[in-house]
Amino acid sequence: MLGNYLKIAVKVLLRRKFFTFISLFGISVSLLVLLVTAALLDHVFAPHAPEVRSDRTLGMYMISMQGPHASGNSQPGYGFLDRWVRPMAGMAEVETVSIFRGAQRRLSYVDGRRIESYLKQTDGEFWRVYSFDFLEGGPFLPDDEKNARAVAVINETTRQRFFGGAPAVGRGLTVDGQRFRVVGVVKDVPFLRFLSFSDIWVPTSTSRSQAYRTDWRGDFQAVLLARDRSGFPAIKRELAARLRQAEKQMPERDLFDHIYGGADTLFEATARALLSDGMRETHPEKLLALMLTGMAFFLLLPTLNLVNINLSRILERSSEIGVRKAFGASSGALIGQLVIENVVLTLIGGAIGLVLAAAVLAGINASGLVPYAQFALNFRIFLQGLGIALFFGLLSGIYPAWRMSKLRPVQALQGRPM
Amino acid sequence: MIRLDKVSKMYRTERIETTALDNINFAVEPGEFISIMGPSGCGKSTLLNLMGLLDEPTSGQVAVDGRTAERLSDREMARLRNERIGFVFQQFHLISDLSVLDNVEIPLLYRRMSGRERSQAALAALDRVGLSSRTRHFPSQLSGGQQQRVAIARAVVGRPKVLLADEPTGNLDSQMGDEIMDILESLNREEGTTIVMVTHDPRLAERTHRTVRLFDGRQVQ
Repeated sequence: MLGNYLKIAVKVLLRRKFFTFISLFGISVSLLVLLVTAALLDHVFAPHAPEVRSDRTLGMYMISMQGPHASGNSQPGYGFLDRWVRPMAGMAEVETVSIFRGAQRRLSYVDGRRIESYLKQTDGEFWRVYSFDFLEGGPFLPDDEKNARAVAVINETTRQRFFGGAPAVGRGLTVDGQRFRVVGVVKDVPFLRFLSFSDIWVPTSTSRSQAYRTDWRGDFQAVLLARDRSGFPAIKRELAARLRQAEKQMPERDLFDHIYGGADTLFEATARALLSDGMRETHPEKLLALMLTGMAFFLLLPTLNLVNINLSRILERSSEIGVRKAFGASSGALIGQLVIENVVLTLIGGAIGLVLAAAVLAGINASGLVPYAQFALNFRIFLQGLGIALFFGLLSGIYPAWRMSKLRPVQALQGRPM
Repeated sequence: MIRLDKVSKMYRTERIETTALDNINFAVEPGEFISIMGPSGCGKSTLLNLMGLLDEPTSGQVAVDGRTAERLSDREMARLRNERIGFVFQQFHLISDLSVLDNVEIPLLYRRMSGRERSQAALAALDRVGLSSRTRHFPSQLSGGQQQRVAIARAVVGRPKVLLADEPTGNLDSQMGDEIMDILESLNREEGTTIVMVTHDPRLAERTHRTVRLFDGRQVQ
């Protein structure tokens, strides 16, 4: 029976080539956009090297300071994080805490060549939170940070640019006029791993100015590596309590008397930044619902289009439907047949969408638009795409099939199905 | 075999109500070959559709093999049509996308049978109507007479007890019409298939056991 259904499905698709093209175009383009978006989100939020422990990492990425006459959102400053967050490393639930700056562009000149690199200032704990692949040497240590030793870990591309790809550990490099000794070389980290990405990593204490040490607002972030996810609630509670304490000792009390923020997963932090008024709370479930609603709306248009096309196709096939009913097809069997046809159509569209998405992602990777991008359609995204295609097929096939299956055979045979 | 009890059929639109059949009482016994005659629009096809459970009466009851249609679920009705009744239509109603063999197999798709059993039964039915050499052809590659023979093969492939034929020769010339009639007669005579045939042609009606005449939705004989 399935063979007969598939035979008919292929024939029907070939019979009305324009309809088929429109359907496939709608499905494949929709899936293309969804898959590329999913690949981008997966790239940012899912645990990939070096952020393989993101499932047990919380961070304080943004804070909001508010007072009766002023308010402002910013990244936290080193002084604030060092005083109020770093001591949380002493909690039983916390394995370690790292404080670092976002990567910043710096210039270097090698043999008259101008080299632009990203440089990230961080601490020795950073290398315990994130799991880098070292090609040479190793990370710098907490002691190096403490003593402001001018050491650096560089990535593969920087080794290539500065040393022509030759072994770099022990050699010196000058970045923005500062001289560092290379202690380790790691594999390139994609740009969209916002927290760990850079070309060069150096101890924060090697900064030319030490003014950052007292700032409450600045360009630093802290991550807390929990021993286990079960420790998250305790960590969140502790940070909230510390914020209340910190409020009493704020340096700009004439301006601000409240400080908001929290220990968030990356997704929670995104929800806090996007949806919360003054970063007071985070509602990741709202962000998820918004994303899913957006996706559903995005899928709705091609689905309605398919429903419409399917309904008009039924008009053409009423004779066949009448014949099948007359010779013993039950409503269930007919619904099964039409849904299978539609699923075949959507799976073909899905396959085209997958190939297009793979091509687009490969194009983005090759374009250099996003430094060191490694967008890929992994198995999880492939399964998501397949699921979406099936959802499409079922949704757009069931309603027309149901309408049609309710017809009396004589109506269908006489070609007056609706 | 088939019993109609006080069956009426009305078609309603917003403005008018048309009576297609009015209080028909009628029984088809096993082994009979019956023709239904009457002028155009008198309700012949409507009657045949009701007998084949392709349509529902406005009032009255239709029973096939002692089972009253209005008490049957969609699935039971489908099963009854599949196992007990075969249809031949004036317009053939073959599925143009399927080969002759696939068309004939259709009633068997809705039974528990292997693919091999299905194709064997379909080949035997095509042999019965003299078309075993055309199994891979598509309907559009056949003449009208050949298409109607395929339709008969499809109607009898599941060995139904009763064959309902709605003007099976209406779209054919007289020679092809006679060939079709020969096949129907032999099915009735040799295999005991009960046949009810709607026709305009008195010459064909004479070849059946008895004739039911309709006029303006009423049975007049």
